[in-house]
Amino acid sequence: MSDDSARKDTPEQAEFRAYCRDWLESNKPGEPPVRLPQTPLEIMTQEQLSYLQAWQKAAYDAGLIGCDYPQAVGGGGRKDCQRVANEEMLAARTPFLPNVIGLGMAAPTVFYHAREEVKAELLPRLFSGEEIWCQGFSEPGAGSDLASVQTFAEPRGDKWVINGHKVWTSLAHFAEWMIILLRTDKSHKYDGLSYFVVPIRAALGKGVTVRPLIKITGETGFNEVIFDNLEVDDRYRLDELGKGWQVAMTTLLHERGAGELQGPRSGGMKNRSSHNITTSAVIDLARNTTRGAGTAADDALLRDKLMRQLIREEGLKQNQRRSRVQALLDHPMRLPLQNKLLASEIAQSIAALAVEVEGMASSLYMGDSNAPAGGQWPLSYMNSYGMTIAAGTSEVQRNILGERVLGLPKSK
Amino acid sequence: MTQPKNYGFGEEAALLKESARKFFREHFTTDKLHALVASDPTPERAPQCQWDETLWRQLVELGWTMLAVPEEAGGVGMPVAAVAGLVEEVGRAAFPCPLLGTLNATYVLVACKQPGATALADIASGAAATLALTNRHGAWDPAATEVEYRDGALHGTAWFVQDALKCNKLLVCASTAAGHGLFWVDAAAVGVTVQPDGIVDLTRDQAHVTFDGAQGLEVSGNALAVLHEAMPAIWTLLAADMVGAGEWQLQTTVEYVSTRKQFDRPLGFFQAIKHPLVEVMVQIDEAKSLVYNAACACDSEPEKAAQYAHMAKASASDMAAYASSRSVQSHGGIGFTWECYVHLYFKRQKHSQMLWGDAAWHRARLADIVIGSAA
Repeated sequence: MSDDSARKDTPEQAEFRAYCRDWLESNKPGEPPVRLPQTPLEIMTQEQLSYLQAWQKAAYDAGLIGCDYPQAVGGGGRKDCQRVANEEMLAARTPFLPNVIGLGMAAPTVFYHAREEVKAELLPRLFSGEEIWCQGFSEPGAGSDLASVQTFAEPRGDKWVINGHKVWTSLAHFAEWMIILLRTDKSHKYDGLSYFVVPIRAALGKGVTVRPLIKITGETGFNEVIFDNLEVDDRYRLDELGKGWQVAMTTLLHERGAGELQGPRSGGMKNRSSHNITTSAVIDLARNTTRGAGTAADDALLRDKLMRQLIREEGLKQNQRRSRVQALLDHPMRLPLQNKLLASEIAQSIAALAVEVEGMASSLYMGDSNAPAGGQWPLSYMNSYGMTIAAGTSEVQRNILGERVLGLPKSK
Repeated sequence: MTQPKNYGFGEEAALLKESARKFFREHFTTDKLHALVASDPTPERAPQCQWDETLWRQLVELGWTMLAVPEEAGGVGMPVAAVAGLVEEVGRAAFPCPLLGTLNATYVLVACKQPGATALADIASGAAATLALTNRHGAWDPAATEVEYRDGALHGTAWFVQDALKCNKLLVCASTAAGHGLFWVDAAAVGVTVQPDGIVDLTRDQAHVTFDGAQGLEVSGNALAVLHEAMPAIWTLLAADMVGAGEWQLQTTVEYVSTRKQFDRPLGFFQAIKHPLVEVMVQIDEAKSLVYNAACACDSEPEKAAQYAHMAKASASDMAAYASSRSVQSHGGIGFTWECYVHLYFKRQKHSQMLWGDAAWHRARLADIVIGSAA
């Protein structure tokens, strides 16, 4: 992969790529001391977090994170180099980065909408992973219809007082900061929203309560967060009052992989209990699963299903490649806006197929020593619904594609 | 070998694709297509071959039929990725012509190496050709051919020959004393009878061709190896045609559901309409990305060409079926009539879906490559 990617590098990218490769060769972390979860969103213990934070800090200090942000805000001041660092980190099979919401969503939002001094205050420790971030968008009464959030910020002097209830908040139990969509005016649905960053860890027990929620897998990792008269300084408001919806669009665009700034990505480290959700992993599983006189990989129907998955997976990979070939694109957002929908649905169907390949043995879960692959496939399958529901359900994604790309009339 | 990141789809390729789209937009609207090919709706109509030969000649003069012919054989030597861009536009226009057949024959002749040179020179000077490989059951592996070469002449019948009535040349697979060969045959030669089929698709013609002692130039004595090398480009270009046609189906259907109102709202407001059309778009994009990946593999990663071409044609076939189904269904009653143009593309796509292997066939071959043959 790396050599293929290197072919069209600018001189700056080529030099940076060589630097990354070199650095990773001598600095890639060793075997983790603890079992790592499948994704950053399932980090459950302080031990897991500390190991991953140390990795993120090292990568940031070396210049592999925040490469394309200006130096004034703690970035590397480079041009289109984050992609290069990502390719090299993935190729080197590094651990994933724990501050995933901070890097992917909070950083671009803060960068485009916060005051200069706030950017310089917050972004360096966000990039280094010393301060973990979480996202306060959804509420009990505001899911797909995000703009109906009710958590309210009331002005008091030069401060705001926040009251309300956010849910599905991944990483809130470790987070210092939260990006939050708040209502500042009850008479306008969209124009009554404002966007803030709030320090939640400092206020735990004094205006902020974080309660873990247990997922269908039995894991924790996301939470509900209750605000009870939390005071926040006005300088932590992003953009103008009433512009919260527009700021939230910056966040969501980046969350769905369709934003201007490429987020840092790292991963691929082999861990005895982590596994890759890829078709080739399911093909291996099929080869090692007895079915009748042979293996599941000999079954004509399963072969057909495996190839359907392989084709979808390659299709997404090629979409990402084609999205950078201008002459083969009609609408600039057509491929980027499909990313989240496809990545989450493909992962789901790969995991579903793995469970089907395992057959009756897929009934065995993580605590059972007879479970194939340590029970990871039923876990992955259940976890996959997190991704098809979070960040705008697949149904909402299809609305967005239909309306913004095909130009069909709005459903709302 | 590795692929260039941009599929090798450079400035020339972009210009070609753009000028092709402009050419068809200016000279061959869907109104014109319908007027040309849909004059006789009768299910029992006689086999027909309606096409705009004058426009085809312009296309030949533009050099589009010799794009894939190598420069040393008198052609342009464009990469498959660039040719795929052109074919996508032909598919979007559903332009009835022997371009695909001629390109297919070109790739087979290129794989024939030196013995194919004379035939390539014919194509470079404007000849239109088509493949005559298939038996009456739709199989095209050389061992299945119903044509035999004996005593210096061809005997037997080739079936499902695409756009045969529009071509001057046939590339025929026949069994020989030594195995299976490929022969370059003049369509008007003595002993060649082109018998048109009555087909559903109005944008193509098709025939079975009987050889009764016809003469032909042997261009290869090893049809198996030659076809093995050439088929990936052939699958890829057909898939490119289907992607272009799919784009027409999507765009036309989106326009209709944006204007047609029921329950006081445009149909496209309803998610029962909106979401399936988004799914059509998603499937088109998957097929399109896989087409250029396969085309690029033909150009610069030949060891992966078959694998990626199977993906492209499998994806395009499923997409074509779904896009066709939604285009008729979303148009409602009018979509079920002869006067609404969606049936032209519906029929073209159904034809393409089965041509040179349907989706399940390509996935089975892909599995043999990726997983290995089943025990």
